[in-house]
Amino acid sequence: MTSIGTGYDLSNSVFSPDGRNFQVEYAVKAVENGGTAIGIRCKDGVVLALEKIISSKLLKAGANKRISTVDRNIGVVSSGLLPDGRHFASRARDEAAQWRRTYKAPIPTSALANHMGSYVQMYTLYSSVRPFGITAIVGGWDPEIELPVDGQVGSGPATGSGGKKEGAKHGGPFLYMIEPSGLYWGYYGAATGKGRQSAKSELEKLDLAAGNLTLEEGVKEAARIIYAAHEDSKDKDFELEMTWVSSLDGPTKGRHQEVPKELLEEAERLAKKALEGDDDDDDEKMED
Amino acid sequence: MNHLPQAWGRPRDDVYGAYSNSFLQTSGPTTHTQSPIVTGTSVIAVKFKDGVVIAADNLASYGSLARFTDVKRLRKFNTRAVVGFGGDVSDMQYLDRLLSSLDIRENYAEESPDAQLHAKNLHTYLSKVMYKRRSDFNPLWNHLLVAGLDGENKPFLASADLLGTTFSSPTLATGFGAHLAQPILRRTVPDEATVASVTKEQAVELVKESMKVLFYRDARSMDKYSIAVITKEGVELKENEKLENQSWAFAEGIRGYGTQVN
Repeated sequence: MTSIGTGYDLSNSVFSPDGRNFQVEYAVKAVENGGTAIGIRCKDGVVLALEKIISSKLLKAGANKRISTVDRNIGVVSSGLLPDGRHFASRARDEAAQWRRTYKAPIPTSALANHMGSYVQMYTLYSSVRPFGITAIVGGWDPEIELPVDGQVGSGPATGSGGKKEGAKHGGPFLYMIEPSGLYWGYYGAATGKGRQSAKSELEKLDLAAGNLTLEEGVKEAARIIYAAHEDSKDKDFELEMTWVSSLDGPTKGRHQEVPKELLEEAERLAKKALEGDDDDDDEKMED
Repeated sequence: MNHLPQAWGRPRDDVYGAYSNSFLQTSGPTTHTQSPIVTGTSVIAVKFKDGVVIAADNLASYGSLARFTDVKRLRKFNTRAVVGFGGDVSDMQYLDRLLSSLDIRENYAEESPDAQLHAKNLHTYLSKVMYKRRSDFNPLWNHLLVAGLDGENKPFLASADLLGTTFSSPTLATGFGAHLAQPILRRTVPDEATVASVTKEQAVELVKESMKVLFYRDARSMDKYSIAVITKEGVELKENEKLENQSWAFAEGIRGYGTQVN
């Protein structure tokens, strides 16, 4: 931040002489202080997990959910300024609903990420607005079968022309991360927020590109990674919030839902155990 | 005076001033929304002690032509509400999409099953949609039956029509069924008090018999139909049922039209 005070950081949409947009960089700073959020793209679904920092003891445990359902099959989690995240989710819902009105079918996760990327980018262009202070992770399962058009009531002629390609592959798990600049990429594993560095290095160890991790393993890994990432802000209490979306024949039947209580508790138990295990290792090393 | 047809028989401009041409418009108010095109016929439903049975055949007619023969006119909303559609099929498809978007919005936050919309909520919503549209002179040309369970998990059955009129009764039928099936249904379930003594099997049998009578006498009906049973256990929807044990022997005795001579 050597260029602070040069005047190029005062207005949105103004470049500095060396080609940077400082307002966007400051927005990234806001994200870096948010609770850690991660997404894992498993072979049969996607997991979203969030380290929800408890800002007051007066808040009801388990209330104030932060991971939002956008369409039946897509979820969004964000890290950074909470109200910006709310607005992002609200806009994503509108986009998904508008897509359905136009195409009579659910929005593909890739299209939603594209639309939201464009939307976020628009907030870097005008001096009358500020960029989004969030990085959002979008995870969804696009149906692997050819869905009927919304409102379809029959199956059409049983014989005659059709032109459908046999054996074509559709859908699957998708995961995208959208940054304050509007930049978005598709990921095997995505992490943002305060503990992103350690979360990313943990995600890299999972070798997600090989596509071997199952959804249930993904849930447990996600819990472990959030607990591990929380070590960076250990003085604060947190709640683990976790959702998943599976294939049509999987546990959520293609819907984005909260991870069931039993599985969540099991994953948390394993995560705590793994942490303690790490501590033990450290202790042993120290003893040595 | 001039030779233009629109001036014939009208007051002369030079005497009476210019004639207002606004009276000569060839276009009228929108009328294409005011009659159905592709239609489904009767929907019938009856309450029993644990829930509701509802049925409709799988035909969509284009006038008198049996145009589409695999049209599912019962729509499951959730585990405790089913809507049956009579009337215009494209308006039914619109309502289907409207209900989908409602369902998506209602389930952004995960709720317990008890917090989900129930059949009574759904009927209120749909009747308000119907009334709004008729008040806009743009009615949805349907007669709906909403079957399922209410907020106390008791059987619920009510109708809403294209005027926004609502009606509730232990037995209901739309279209031709209101004339042909309703009396048969009422023989078994004359009033609300009898509902408690009707079993699921009786109700299903009653609906199947009524569907058969409708097929015998309604020329816009078909022998393939959908039937749904809604109870606390959820919705049991079968969409490819066929009318069984048909007997056309009665047709021999019908006199007064057709090819017979006396």
